[in-house]
Amino acid sequence: MVRAIAGPAELLNKTRERYPVVFDVLGGAGLWVLFAGLLIAALILYTQLFVVGVIFGSIIALGAMGLTLIYGIMKFAHFAHGDMMMLAAYLAFFALTGRIVGERTEVDLGWSLDRLPGATTQLGPLSFGYGLLLAMLVALIATVALFIALDYVIYRPLRQRGSGIVIFAMTSLGIAITVRSVILMLWGAEPRFYVKGIYPAHHFPFGITLKADQIFIFATVAIVATVVYLLLFRTRIGKAMRATSDNPDLARVSGIDTDQVIRWTWAIGGALVAVAGVLLAIQAQLKPELGFTILLPLFAATILGGIGSPQGALVGAIIVGVTQEVSVEFVAPGYKFAVAFVILILILLLRPQGLFGAKA
Amino acid sequence: MKADRFITPAAWALVTVAIVTLSAARSPDLGGVISFLTGFATLVAIFAVLALGLNVQWGYTGIFNFGVVAFFMVGAYTAAIITKGPATTEYVRYVGGFGDKLDFIPFLDSEQWLPFLFGTAGAAIVAGALAFFLSIPTLRLREDYLAIATIGIAELLRRVTIEERGLVNSDRGLIGIPAPLEKLVDPPEYKFIFFGIAVALVILLFIALEWGIRSPWGRVLKAIREDETTAAAAGKDIFAFKTQSFVVGAMIMGIGGAAYAYYSRSVSPDAFTHFFGTFLIWAMLIVGGSGNNKGAILGAYIVWGFYSITGLLRAYFADWGVDVLELRMSYIRDFVVGALIVIVLLLRPAGLLPEERRISLFIERENKKPSPVGEPDSERTGSQTDDPPDKTKGSGGLAS
Amino acid sequence: MTVLEAREVVSGYGEVEILHGVSIKVEEGEIVTIIGPNGAGKSTLLKTVFGLLPCKRGTVFFGGEDVTGQPPQAMVRKGMCYVPQSDNVFPSLTVQENLEMGAFIRRDNYRSKIEEVLALFPDVTERRHTRAGKLSGGQRQMLALGRALMLEPRILLLDEPSASLAPNMVQLVFAKILDINRSGVAIVMVEQNARESLKLSHRGYVLAMGQNRLEGSGESLLESEEVGRLYLGG
Repeated sequence: MVRAIAGPAELLNKTRERYPVVFDVLGGAGLWVLFAGLLIAALILYTQLFVVGVIFGSIIALGAMGLTLIYGIMKFAHFAHGDMMMLAAYLAFFALTGRIVGERTEVDLGWSLDRLPGATTQLGPLSFGYGLLLAMLVALIATVALFIALDYVIYRPLRQRGSGIVIFAMTSLGIAITVRSVILMLWGAEPRFYVKGIYPAHHFPFGITLKADQIFIFATVAIVATVVYLLLFRTRIGKAMRATSDNPDLARVSGIDTDQVIRWTWAIGGALVAVAGVLLAIQAQLKPELGFTILLPLFAATILGGIGSPQGALVGAIIVGVTQEVSVEFVAPGYKFAVAFVILILILLLRPQGLFGAKA
Repeated sequence: MKADRFITPAAWALVTVAIVTLSAARSPDLGGVISFLTGFATLVAIFAVLALGLNVQWGYTGIFNFGVVAFFMVGAYTAAIITKGPATTEYVRYVGGFGDKLDFIPFLDSEQWLPFLFGTAGAAIVAGALAFFLSIPTLRLREDYLAIATIGIAELLRRVTIEERGLVNSDRGLIGIPAPLEKLVDPPEYKFIFFGIAVALVILLFIALEWGIRSPWGRVLKAIREDETTAAAAGKDIFAFKTQSFVVGAMIMGIGGAAYAYYSRSVSPDAFTHFFGTFLIWAMLIVGGSGNNKGAILGAYIVWGFYSITGLLRAYFADWGVDVLELRMSYIRDFVVGALIVIVLLLRPAGLLPEERRISLFIERENKKPSPVGEPDSERTGSQTDDPPDKTKGSGGLAS
Repeated sequence: MTVLEAREVVSGYGEVEILHGVSIKVEEGEIVTIIGPNGAGKSTLLKTVFGLLPCKRGTVFFGGEDVTGQPPQAMVRKGMCYVPQSDNVFPSLTVQENLEMGAFIRRDNYRSKIEEVLALFPDVTERRHTRAGKLSGGQRQMLALGRALMLEPRILLLDEPSASLAPNMVQLVFAKILDINRSGVAIVMVEQNARESLKLSHRGYVLAMGQNRLEGSGESLLESEEVGRLYLGG
């Protein structure tokens, strides 16, 4: 009976070994068709869920784009990515409200962004004022600085020692735990929000209802993704990053300054993490555990898209987002995040290089 | 380095002294202190079992299992549903419940120990089976993919536990799990018996594993670790050996889970978080010395010792009214564990115990693997053949 | 003037020593080929000279300056460029972008240089906006050469430029190498295809087991019986 289950998987592996080209082409094309079909089906049958999935997926996309850059250029799985997103969100919260958790009550540290005139006045239909935007900027700068500092103090010595990818992964996990504890220490375990209150949803054709905040999220992601695209495809350092991701040895041989490339990678990754974190907190809430919960969808999107490919991360994230939302129609809501894991396993089995990845 | 040789005994001594004094200073009666220390030591033993299991997977074979908690949890729950009697009220629903049927050996008071043999064996079997099924899709993956996949599996399993009402009573958990030999003595004395059982278990496992690594099976594992292609060329089925190692390690983790279930008498999904069930075990292995069975046990002692010390400190802070620290103690504790991992990996990645050349070659070789982009001004050779074929390598690899 | 000299170089991978004291010299404008059996250390020599491998003993001089042990980034700045045997282009970058990467450290306007280099390889020019991963083996080799030329190096180190190419491509590649040399660039190449490469070389070295065996002009090596028997394989 054990054979019956092990059998098909072994068969899959053997088939892949014997007919690699066919498998690859069919697999690649097949996956594209499958996902395109799924997305279209979701769009038509579960339009509202599809739209929500796209919103959530776009938040994941920003995180995954940073993750895939780090993975592709520095060749390691940055397990601290999700918790850093939450840290950035909390930093923005702190900048906005100046509040941390005191002995038994909240402590207000005197000045904060929300004291600026009109900072909390809602911008149009959005739930927040320009204060939050400034806070996001503060969080962005802080996160970029933190990433670069961490690289200098921790990851660079590991690189110089020639540590393997497992050591890097474990170290980033240790950092993730540390970051989560800091969040808990400073802001406690209770969920928080940037602004209080319920905000109305607007109705659109085809049965779609969205809050203004969600449209803001989507627009922000679109803008940021475009900026990243321009950076990677139109600037010298961006091309150098892509080159290093392709072939780090050749990059060095060509004279590319890999130190500079790495710094930029952390900087861009940090900026993406900050924006994604704040957007996530707007969409959902500020909760310390969210950092770990979000790791699976982040990695699923990154691997589905193909490590090293930001466009792949974007597409992968949308697929993960939509699949998660639509899955609620078929399985209990508690399984939502586990769906990302199922996608991950399927990809690793069928096409480990992902949709956009090159066959190594 | 001379200082090196003192670090291990120093760490051990520090933990012991701190634990004993802190617990004693606070508590008026010796009985309370002994009770506390026994509980502490029992948990160290249980964690040691888990760490030993992980060492089989990681230290012997290099399998980066980041879903330890999955096997731990599965073992604990299996032991629970086998040894418990059937559900007594309608509010509690779970499968299994054979406890009262498992006393069929007419002599030797078999209800005292037989269910637990079944429970522990069941835990090992189920955990091993889970590992076997998982090995098929995951063991061929390169290490970081394996890590991600195992995290996902652990999460999925937790979800299933919570969502499937009627499987194991979902998020309410199971209580009232019996314990082996508990009717032999009065309740206050029982903890010593259990402690004895736990220690015996650790010793047994340790002996078995030390023997295992010196056996022909262990020698093949060592050969695979040192040079996979040569071992493969010699006709050894690498994948089969890796699977065996993965399954054996998982079975040990399952046994650890069973022990945990009998000790704490209750199980629920909250007890099996990623931090508690996976990360902490890894911390123990890294601090104690990965690749090293003694290191696994030492690491369990030190890390859990540290954990308990901060728990004691929390009580002191409460006494002294230092609310700020008392409330946050668990977070501070987690923070330091995380920071400890990072520091150990940065400064002393091999852990506390010196490498036994035989077993921990993997760590040395791990340090020689092709590194991410950086400044090493010597080219890494590609002869560390454990790298799975789909890992990208730049040019300038093998000698022409 | 001697543009490159390696003196008694000892190096290898980790603990394993491959080169046991090898010396070569390349004069300005020369084409020098290094041949020998597999495992002789030919590629190792190139990598050590370029700074990809640590030089355990011995010295490397470039333009009279002692550059032993300097990293590749420094060598590139000084005017030494290296083309690896395989994985020598950036597959997800276009042809044009590959060349731009070759010129990464140039601060000036290198647009004209790109056109110049592309002019050398018309076959590749047609595909300047194609991703390098989609090029054929021969085209990729051309691109790899072009990438190395972007910095107007004094010397090019080529590791088996004809490896895994079809025979007509091999001719083409060697013709290009000749063109490049005529524009003033010295060339050191390691080759398995001893016959073809010696034909266009000024001088050659034969290495075996990590040591110098023979040296001489390209023609004399071609005609030498010993070389023919052992290394040219008829």
